[in-house]
Amino acid sequence: MRLAQHMAVASDRVRATAIEATEFPELSRSYRVQAVPKIVINDRVQFEGALPEAQFLDAVLRAAGSGSS
Amino acid sequence: MPLLNDRDREAVRTELAKMRGPVKLVVFSQALSSTADLCQQNEALVREVAELSDQITVEVLNLAIDRDRAEAYGVADVPAIVVEGARDYGIRFLGIPSGYEFSNLIDSMIVASSGETSLSDATKTSLQALETDIDIKVFSTPT
Repeated sequence: MRLAQHMAVASDRVRATAIEATEFPELSRSYRVQAVPKIVINDRVQFEGALPEAQFLDAVLRAAGSGSS
Repeated sequence: MPLLNDRDREAVRTELAKMRGPVKLVVFSQALSSTADLCQQNEALVREVAELSDQITVEVLNLAIDRDRAEAYGVADVPAIVVEGARDYGIRFLGIPSGYEFSNLIDSMIVASSGETSLSDATKTSLQALETDIDIKVFSTPT
């Protein structure tokens, strides 16, 4: 969540929501959360586990459609 | 019963001393729902944190009553927390931020208080060039 929230502050375009998976089981099921942290960007790009900043950014850019998916 | 012990409180107070401006925590609850207990705990936690810095204000809203505000913030579930600095940067917490997410809540307040992030210049430049809205969901569990 740390990188996501810093990105939210850095750009008006970015919103970051931390979701406590056990308190929202239906939401977690609908996003097929099996391991945490699980990151879902624009319901389009998703990954599990922490990524370094550059790779996280790459995932954001892929979700934005400006990279290969 | 307080949720934070004395040692936690001191550690959080020290962290929050890094804040550089006011932050508002907008809490969404709903008393008459299956999540009423969670909402109550969430509110209690936020109030305990807010006591640790003069820079923090808290506003508690009801999801069922304050529908316009909830819609404006894009909040559809409770308990939820919106972390606002000089403006709404889009930082949301769904569920009680405990464990690792509690540290992130504190960090988000420090970042929102100044609007300054620890991201590299290259990352900031890329983010500022975004032409589409980006919604990042981070699922976690208390550890």
